[in-house]
Amino acid sequence: MQVWHFSEMAYHPAWEELGNSLRNVVPSRVYDPVVGADLYHRYLDEWALCDELGINIMVNEHHTTATCATSVCTIPMAILARETKKVRLLCLGMPIANRMDAVRVAEEYAMLDVISRGRVEMGFVKGAPFEVSPANSNPATLMERFWEAHDLILKALTTHDGPFNWEGEHFQYRQVNVWPRPYQTPHPPVWMTVASPGSAEAVGKKGYVIASLNTGYARTPTIFDAYRKGAEAGGHKPTKDRFGYLALVGVGETEEEGRRRAHQILDYSRTTPRAAAQFWFPPGYTANEVTAQRLQNPGPLKIPLRDGGEFTMQTGSVDEFVNAGIAFAGTPDTVFEQIKDFNDHVGGIGHLLMMGQGGHLSHDDTVANLTLFSREVLPRLREL
Amino acid sequence: METIDLAGVQLDLDVQGSGPPMLYLHPEHYAHLHAPFVDRLAERWTLYAPRHPGFDGRTPPSDFRRVDDLAYLYLDLLDHLGLESVALLGASFGGWIALEMAVRSSARLKALGLIAPLGVKFGGRSARGFTDLSALPEADAAHCLFAGPTPDHAIFSDAEMIAVARDRQYLAYYAWKPYLHNPALARWLHRVAAPVHLLWGAQDGYADPALGGALAERMPAARLEILPGAGHYPQIERPDDTLAALAAGPCATVAPNSGD
Repeated sequence: MQVWHFSEMAYHPAWEELGNSLRNVVPSRVYDPVVGADLYHRYLDEWALCDELGINIMVNEHHTTATCATSVCTIPMAILARETKKVRLLCLGMPIANRMDAVRVAEEYAMLDVISRGRVEMGFVKGAPFEVSPANSNPATLMERFWEAHDLILKALTTHDGPFNWEGEHFQYRQVNVWPRPYQTPHPPVWMTVASPGSAEAVGKKGYVIASLNTGYARTPTIFDAYRKGAEAGGHKPTKDRFGYLALVGVGETEEEGRRRAHQILDYSRTTPRAAAQFWFPPGYTANEVTAQRLQNPGPLKIPLRDGGEFTMQTGSVDEFVNAGIAFAGTPDTVFEQIKDFNDHVGGIGHLLMMGQGGHLSHDDTVANLTLFSREVLPRLREL
Repeated sequence: METIDLAGVQLDLDVQGSGPPMLYLHPEHYAHLHAPFVDRLAERWTLYAPRHPGFDGRTPPSDFRRVDDLAYLYLDLLDHLGLESVALLGASFGGWIALEMAVRSSARLKALGLIAPLGVKFGGRSARGFTDLSALPEADAAHCLFAGPTPDHAIFSDAEMIAVARDRQYLAYYAWKPYLHNPALARWLHRVAAPVHLLWGAQDGYADPALGGALAERMPAARLEILPGAGHYPQIERPDDTLAALAAGPCATVAPNSGD
């Protein structure tokens, strides 16, 4: 199992002031760039440390939010492409249906791949529903734009004999000719996030790596099964290295210390739903049956527990998140056992996307969390 | 309800009533709340009421995705039905389609009735032409649309609720960006040759009634009538006043098949 450290570069100093709405409509006057600069450097230092610890790096992006100050995913990627030397760099990812210039995406990925000497993993994501408003992308045609962008970017990265023409529904270029070409051949590995069996099956048909984010014991097995079905239909072997899973990890010298770290990191999960209700269901983004139900019965996001029951995402405890399979917390032994249990439950994961920093977890705690994990847990995960 | 095939598009068409012909183009939201108004139109007119592709539950052909396509479809429909001297009535999104039809050809039109039409934006790049309902809390968005009590989703059936979601989906499909308007439409409004009757709810918080005045100025034979006590859908909130206004205006002076 490979491990990746992920942080959203949260601007947590504003959380209290902003209250229950952390996205889309929040004024940037609550952002202090001096504090923000320190935070950016701090988070980058933590990622750079991963190069020494043997933990790969994952970045993402969100927009107009205090939960995630990475608004341009390729910027930290670019810094880390030069600052690190060994570990792989996953961008998960690039919201290609919300990016109006797909050729620019190909250029950014290609340049990153060359600078990093072939260490880039190329994520393409649909993007969360609340990303539609900042991008002003049409939610009713989002997925057709996603797949057209995907086709164009891959063609742009793998065409090396001069310009080609692209006049699609959503993107038009008459002379596509991306320089540089990527370092890896034919192109950096492709990852996609999935949130339902339907999307997992579609990605399975392509044979790409999937990342299932915080889907826990209850939802992950059906998602992975759907991927396997799609992979077989597409003539691909659904080997373990095709399966990624994102969870929060707090590890400590004692149970209390590990759980305290997890508790702080979990503020990532607790703040994620803090977006005004109207941004959760852009028209056509979700199946109309689901939107209809949510419009009629708006309520807080619930997460299913392993053995039945559910809890509220915004207020969940460490115990609840651990029970659900969304957090792994405790001493290295406990955390290893929890990961192993989850791994067995879902039929094997090849990549643990580990949120090793989140919320108010301090720099020192983050360094300790990552260091202890790399020393005591990581070597044992390689066996899984 | 009949389904006809028009230019490769399956189109649901409701025909009812008697009297001079009227083509009615429905707005974006709340089909079932409009049903009483539609029935009453059929008391005075022979009413042709199609359901816009997509809003009907079908996926439109992949090359059918612009309001222009809807305009050409309904111009084809008028040809197909062989109607002359038609009163064309469009509400909101339907009003936009009606405007797109009228600037292309007013040949079969006797009059154009427009209830708070979308489709045209005046004002600069920082001015909002239409309230961005999708950025507002559900209750605030509803208050932009209605002067009085707003629809209670709790009493909608499952099918009506799914229709709410689908209507929003297809409004986005056709009109997400540019938001609810065609930047090229304003400069061609002088081509609307038929008499135009603009009706607007005084408390419309979605499309400001001032837009009605600006539209009336751009069209050769247009007048604006403001309906008190109504928001964006006077046909739901003030059906009697809306019908009385239409009955007293150019849409009602159409002689059946007069050919003019």
